Amino acid sequence: MASTVTPNGFALDDSGQRVVVDPICRIEGHLRIEVNVDENNTIRNAVSTGNMWRGLEVILKGRDPRDAWAFTERICGVCTGVHALISCRAVEDALDIDIPANANSIRNLMMLAQYTQDHLVHFYHLHALDWVDVVSALNADPRATSELQQSISSWPKSSPGYFRDVQGRIKRFVESGQLGPFANAYWGSPAYKLPAEANLMAVTHYLEALDFQKEIVKIHTIFGGRNPHPNWIVGGMPCSINVNETGAVGAVNMAWLNMVSDIINRSIEFVDKVYIPDLTAIASFYKDWTYGGGLSSKNVMAYGDFPAIPNNYTNDSFMLPGGAILDGDLSTVHDVDPRDPEQVQEFVTHSWYEYAGGDADRGLHPWDGVTEPRFELGPNAKGTKTNIEALDEGAKYSWLKAPRWRGHAMEVGPLARYLVAYARGNEEIKDQVDGLLSALDLPITALFSTLGRTAARGLECSWAAHRMRDVFDGMMANIKAGDVATANMEKWEPATWPADTKGVGFGEAPRGALGHWLHVQDAKIANYQAVVPSTWNASPRDAAGNIGAYEAALLGTPMADPSQPLEILRTIHSFDPCLACASHVISPDGQELATVKIR
Amino acid sequence: MTDSAARADDWQTLVLGIGNLLWADEGFGVRCVEALHARFEFGDDVRVMDGGTQGIFLLPWVRQARRLLIFDAIDFALEPGSLRLIEGDDVPRYMGAKKVSMHQAGFQEVLSSAVLAGEFPDEIALVGVQPELLDDYGGSLTPAVRARVEPAVDRACRVLRGWGVRFVPRSEPLPDGRQTGPSALAIGDYEAGRPEIA
Repeated sequence: MASTVTPNGFALDDSGQRVVVDPICRIEGHLRIEVNVDENNTIRNAVSTGNMWRGLEVILKGRDPRDAWAFTERICGVCTGVHALISCRAVEDALDIDIPANANSIRNLMMLAQYTQDHLVHFYHLHALDWVDVVSALNADPRATSELQQSISSWPKSSPGYFRDVQGRIKRFVESGQLGPFANAYWGSPAYKLPAEANLMAVTHYLEALDFQKEIVKIHTIFGGRNPHPNWIVGGMPCSINVNETGAVGAVNMAWLNMVSDIINRSIEFVDKVYIPDLTAIASFYKDWTYGGGLSSKNVMAYGDFPAIPNNYTNDSFMLPGGAILDGDLSTVHDVDPRDPEQVQEFVTHSWYEYAGGDADRGLHPWDGVTEPRFELGPNAKGTKTNIEALDEGAKYSWLKAPRWRGHAMEVGPLARYLVAYARGNEEIKDQVDGLLSALDLPITALFSTLGRTAARGLECSWAAHRMRDVFDGMMANIKAGDVATANMEKWEPATWPADTKGVGFGEAPRGALGHWLHVQDAKIANYQAVVPSTWNASPRDAAGNIGAYEAALLGTPMADPSQPLEILRTIHSFDPCLACASHVISPDGQELATVKIR
Repeated sequence: MTDSAARADDWQTLVLGIGNLLWADEGFGVRCVEALHARFEFGDDVRVMDGGTQGIFLLPWVRQARRLLIFDAIDFALEPGSLRLIEGDDVPRYMGAKKVSMHQAGFQEVLSSAVLAGEFPDEIALVGVQPELLDDYGGSLTPAVRARVEPAVDRACRVLRGWGVRFVPRSEPLPDGRQTGPSALAIGDYEAGRPEIA
């Protein structure tokens, strides 16, 4: 290849040294990144590959569609509730089932709680360590840390003694030799820019976020009946509500609802007084790290989610709107229809699958999707099938398919959602975004970056926490008006279903657009396909040669030291990758420790 | 575990099955808690939990546990179906040494994060089985491993009694809806409903 320009406008050059990072650590599932760097160690070519994915039809074909949520909840350890929800929506769509208002509110609450928790956990426990140097925190002055904390937030845990205690705790942990969650990092790298005090503040909040996580999951336990795999049901939610203290044991009662209300208040406080000030403070030290934008300044997409009106899955109802932006033109937001066979399609030209019969390079809409493996290395690959040293991206090179919207590679996720909402003129989100940009004295184009992606996630976490309050209050008003229905069982029995029907469930997982498409025949699942957010973002090249969002985002990034690929981790982690449902791996001994090879 | 018990906050012992039931012998841990819960009745001081592959999201429960018993498929480099009991400080090491699956990287981190958070169980044990087959998406336990579920439950019972945890055999079968997971995923329905495709 040497040097070329992709149809979606990215210059690629594979003539320089190849760096292989396998796997990318601190993510769910298995992702491998290969890049070529030029003589200045700037990335000029990028290749993203995920491991094998078998397709949901393998586990779901022939099963009862009412059970599909329970299976899809198990394909991944991170997005459990989201898959369950989208599966229920797909089946309800196929069977034409409307859910009651309370079920819609409870589902929104479950998902908003999931957003709040996921974004917090992602920021502090997975992503912050790409920006925050834990070892440097050990050298911080607790008094100066206290002053820093008090200058950015009214959060009460801010005394010098508090930071001294936490510092001692981290020191003992590090000295015990078990780095645990702090392993697999590049401490001391010159790419870390925070002063020691900011590092200590952020690590302290890492620990506080661990504590806070205990609280927020109670919302799932209360409404889902069990955790960590809450219960769902086609037609609504499987919990009953009883606010009069008489009647069914196990129903959601006032004491529990008050607990939910209290957790919502504390979530808002934690996000607004800890997460957002931390995000702003950390970003202020990395303002000149403007890399990682990739597709975000060109093509982004969201299906939209959080219906304010039950059973209305359109922008008339969505609190987070859907849409597609092409070529960075924020003045035009295109409508996205997951049912339209011409819109969402998956290509396998560069994926280890084949479409038999007809054009092997065609895109298939998920209702017609097939998952037929064909594993072969291209002529320019190095190594063997069981020990690949370097992939040949000119041929098939990933177990992920390449989803495209009207033929375009799209970025999905919080930044995509925020750009779509901003372009659609959503006032709340515009205020949030403009406020943060003005606090950091940055132009809107600063959003098109790794940091922009990370910032959008933080703002969305705050948005989600505040929306929990609105949704909860709306639900309580409805309950007090006498409506306690949580499920519609009119079409529970298969005798009431059409003999042949299709459905689609779509929405927004914390990490991006998620769709489930199913086909029901004679009360059994005939086909079931999911297109998950990380497949969009981690996708390989397509038939036309368009590169995917991860690949695009890495281009142009200078690396301080290719043997310490911190810059690659930063940008890939900013997408919140979750390859578990996009891929599967049986990892051989020791493989979970990231290896970096330079060829 | 009734709904109200599921929400009770004052339990101290956590019996946790981990792994992915969609991947053949990877489901061992989850099948063990399912079987344990079907056979015995525990008080409100015990949580019997199907932890799936939840990784870091299991941390809140591990931190609360004063006693933690884990079921999992572990690569001991033994014959398939071999059962091992690991106790105390060896548990985190075994969870990390030979991983058969990504979920164990996650769970090892849960244990070290619990140490970092200053809340680690006083007692910890792992009942592990050597898996035979993992790479069978939608498949169930292989016969060799399935035969070890009840022995694993017996081993766990001895550990729990040693910790002073009280439980009694169920006088009646577990009513529908009170299993550790949805009934569609219970081993009988799961196996019977497997698609007949290549």
